[in-house]
Amino acid sequence: MTRKARADTETDTGTDIGTDTAAAWRGFTGRHWREHVDVRDFIRANYTPYEGDAAFLAGPTARTRAVWEKVAALFPEERRRGVLDVDAATPSTITSHPPGWIDRDRELIVGLQTDAPLKRAIMPNGGLRMVENGLRAYGHEPDPFVTRVFGAYRKTHNDGVFDAYTAEMRRARRAGIITGLPDAYGRGRIIGDYRRVALYGTARLVEAKRAERATLDALPSTEDVVRDREELAEQIRALGELAAMAATYGCDVTRPAATAHEAIQWLYLGFLGAVKEQNGAAMSLGRTSTFLDVYLRRDLDEGRVDESRAQELVDDFVIKLRIVRFLRTPEYDALFSGDPTWVTESIGGIGADGRTLVTRTSFRFLQTLYNLGPAPEPNLTVLWSPRLPEGFKRFCARVSIDTSAIQYESDDLTRPRTGDDTAIACCVSAMAVGRQMQFFGARVNLAKALLYAINGGRDELTGEQVAPETPPLTGEFLEYDELATAFDRTLDWLASTYVNALNVIHYMHDKYAYERLEMALHDHPVHRTMACGIAGLSVAADSLAAVSYARVRVIRDTTGLAVDYAVEGDHPTYGNDDDRADSLAAGLVRDFMAKLRRHPTYRGAEHTQSVLTITSNVVYGAHTGNTPDGRRAGTPFAPGANPMNGRDRHGVAASALSVAKIPYDQASDGISLTSTITPEGLGHDPTERAGHLVGLLDGYMAAGGFHMNVNVLDRATLEDAMAHPEKYPELTVRVSGYAVNFVRLTPEQQRDVISRTFHGS
Amino acid sequence: MTSAGRTHSWDLSTGVDGPGTRFALFLSGCPLRCGYCANPDTWHMRDGRRTTADEVMDAIGRRASFLRTAGGGVTVTGGEPLLQPAFTGEILCRSRELGLHTALDTSGFLGARADDALLAATDLVLLDIKSFDVGAYRRLTGGGLAPTLSFATRLARIGVPMWIRYVLVPGWTDDPAAVEGLARFVAGLRTAERVDILPFHRLGAAKYEALGLPFPLRDTPPPDPALVARVRERFRAHGVRAH
Repeated sequence: MTRKARADTETDTGTDIGTDTAAAWRGFTGRHWREHVDVRDFIRANYTPYEGDAAFLAGPTARTRAVWEKVAALFPEERRRGVLDVDAATPSTITSHPPGWIDRDRELIVGLQTDAPLKRAIMPNGGLRMVENGLRAYGHEPDPFVTRVFGAYRKTHNDGVFDAYTAEMRRARRAGIITGLPDAYGRGRIIGDYRRVALYGTARLVEAKRAERATLDALPSTEDVVRDREELAEQIRALGELAAMAATYGCDVTRPAATAHEAIQWLYLGFLGAVKEQNGAAMSLGRTSTFLDVYLRRDLDEGRVDESRAQELVDDFVIKLRIVRFLRTPEYDALFSGDPTWVTESIGGIGADGRTLVTRTSFRFLQTLYNLGPAPEPNLTVLWSPRLPEGFKRFCARVSIDTSAIQYESDDLTRPRTGDDTAIACCVSAMAVGRQMQFFGARVNLAKALLYAINGGRDELTGEQVAPETPPLTGEFLEYDELATAFDRTLDWLASTYVNALNVIHYMHDKYAYERLEMALHDHPVHRTMACGIAGLSVAADSLAAVSYARVRVIRDTTGLAVDYAVEGDHPTYGNDDDRADSLAAGLVRDFMAKLRRHPTYRGAEHTQSVLTITSNVVYGAHTGNTPDGRRAGTPFAPGANPMNGRDRHGVAASALSVAKIPYDQASDGISLTSTITPEGLGHDPTERAGHLVGLLDGYMAAGGFHMNVNVLDRATLEDAMAHPEKYPELTVRVSGYAVNFVRLTPEQQRDVISRTFHGS
Repeated sequence: MTSAGRTHSWDLSTGVDGPGTRFALFLSGCPLRCGYCANPDTWHMRDGRRTTADEVMDAIGRRASFLRTAGGGVTVTGGEPLLQPAFTGEILCRSRELGLHTALDTSGFLGARADDALLAATDLVLLDIKSFDVGAYRRLTGGGLAPTLSFATRLARIGVPMWIRYVLVPGWTDDPAAVEGLARFVAGLRTAERVDILPFHRLGAAKYEALGLPFPLRDTPPPDPALVARVRERFRAHGVRAH
């Protein structure tokens, strides 16, 4: 119990401050957080806003460089093989693997998912077949014992879902109208409040969980209550396992962290426990920088660390976050390419009391992109408001221009809904940290739904009757009113099938692949959302605009199936700040949200939706025939809520202002815009460019825009990187709510990125 | 009273038509025929769409809050805006009334048509000086240099800020003596805040093809970066802020 983190001894002053909580909390103020688990209250009572510029920041130390170079040296081989190594025989749990190191003598923040860096683990609770396919795809054989246990004795999430799917759900899934569902992979998008481990230690957290559990004792043992009791018991068990795992690294996380070094280490171990237990699609970190700043500042004041050491601790932490890995299948990679893990860290924002939540450590996190070089993970997300301090805004813009590695989300839109301790899960999903989780629901294909409306529920590629049979549209030209009526009916069916499929998925995920540790770092009861989503918004909106403002002739095959369209005349398109087309897109979002809300959800989750595709816009496009907007069959959709590639012709601002018209209250799981601007398109010199980018972000967010991925790149660079990947190991591109190493994308995905609109001068 | 003009299109542009993100209104019609013109589709007024100032102001007004927040404003460009001085003046004036920063992008060839009221409503003139050599200017544009220079002096006299633009075309505008002369001239303009050296590019070539016109500078290469840096230095040597 009294042992300190191994690495801490080298800077500690030597006085043993003891393990008791009072010593760990020395100098902290505020009351409520001491008596209740409430990290937000702690931050508010103890943080120091920073309004200055980036001049105080420190570069990388020789130690940081050495550790990073050691792990970076493994990347080329990992890239070549796809997966560097796998432990195929040990299903991963919090305590399944012995400790591992990158460089035991130099590392400051310790802990790996397995016993070696970049060595992946298997997590068969999600589905045995996925594990086996993942192993085989990278040349590894499944382990016979694992196959026997999970084949014969232990049912998986995937097995459960397919036991309860209806025939219609399977058809819709196979046709690609409802797609990307987390029925064959971990749902993710749950953020444990890992800060709690540092602030309270697990002993105190177990105590709080026991108290929550006790409140259920008086309730009748109905199905809901029994499930809650079992889940809380599992949460308590998981906290015990976390402490055991931490102990193998010499860390006693049962007590609160006493220094910044420990705070970062404890927090990271909490996160590490989660990524050892769950292969979630997105394993986001939360909002940690300003929390950690309280500790770093105290250590700076106490003379325990200097700026270089403070930065070094953050750099070392970020190194660990950069090497989170999961074993995934090629089908998964096609949906979410580039091996993303969405270790999303939300930075900045404004507090409810009007003070900025930007601290020096907000800067230090961004500084890692210089100290370690650009990289896609962690997924650095700035919660932007025009009211952020000017120095921070300028620094963000400069880092964006230099690295294309940051995304921005509107703090002014999230704060009123989910509060000032909001973090982003995955790409654009805002949630109150530790108080809210979501049931991730991937998305439906709106463009395909429009084609089903035209074809009476038959699939335009296979001719199969997927949706219930309705009269197809038979006129030579598409008539707007007739199409709108048919589309409305198709969307009614789609919303119903979709929400019901998600209910099946999340029932089974809770049952067979419950996130024990992540949920242990949430309050009970937790607020849940059912996070639905849509893809193909710009294709559907432009198709409606074509039918409304031009003439669209239908071309049918011999069976009467509409397979192509000829657009006669001009029509407005979404993405040019033209209300005629933009209102069609906003209307679709509004209408579909209303339809989703009509269907009851598992565990009473609040309905939400996102306009986000991640990189599945390519797959959806590949599975969708010709569309009435003139898009050819197989052509990728635009990502997220983006205007269709090349159709936003009035500049990046007009494109963004169109997207800003999509109502956030009807898509509160996020609206994603990925913009690519050439350096010249932002101005003549670096200072001017940063100023202009700040202005663009201010203007877009003030107009109601929610999210922007900012890439500052020219097409020639990407083309050269496609031809000479070895020259661009660090080239980072934001794709759709996350960033990737460009050279790790498939050629198809690379071509998609290159074909997007580049807003130039 | 509202005037009407011939317009080609509008854009929201960043970093190229003055400070910040701006509503750039492209007017149709231009008296010059610059060899490197990237917008041959704006040469003729008759090809433009008849647009009332009310229509334009409606489009600007709906975006005014964005433009102010983004630190931008309105730029009237073309074509040559001073071919339609009343229309241009009204747009600038009414934009100014909305609290927006206003800019006029012109060659200055028709500077005499800009009355004092128009210039009083202009926060910034983007003055495109094509060459400082009278002969080269005429060969390149088909027009004379003198009106541009006297417009520049007038702007300096009445206190209108200017950003000078200089398109650098190898073999056409890279003559050291002409560059030196221009640098000296600009250095003497009290309100010239900066010079933007714009390297010639052939991005307009496709438009010529679409219009069935020959692109006069089809075989001219873009300037190499060393040349651009050298020209920039010439201006800086005279204390002029050059980008």
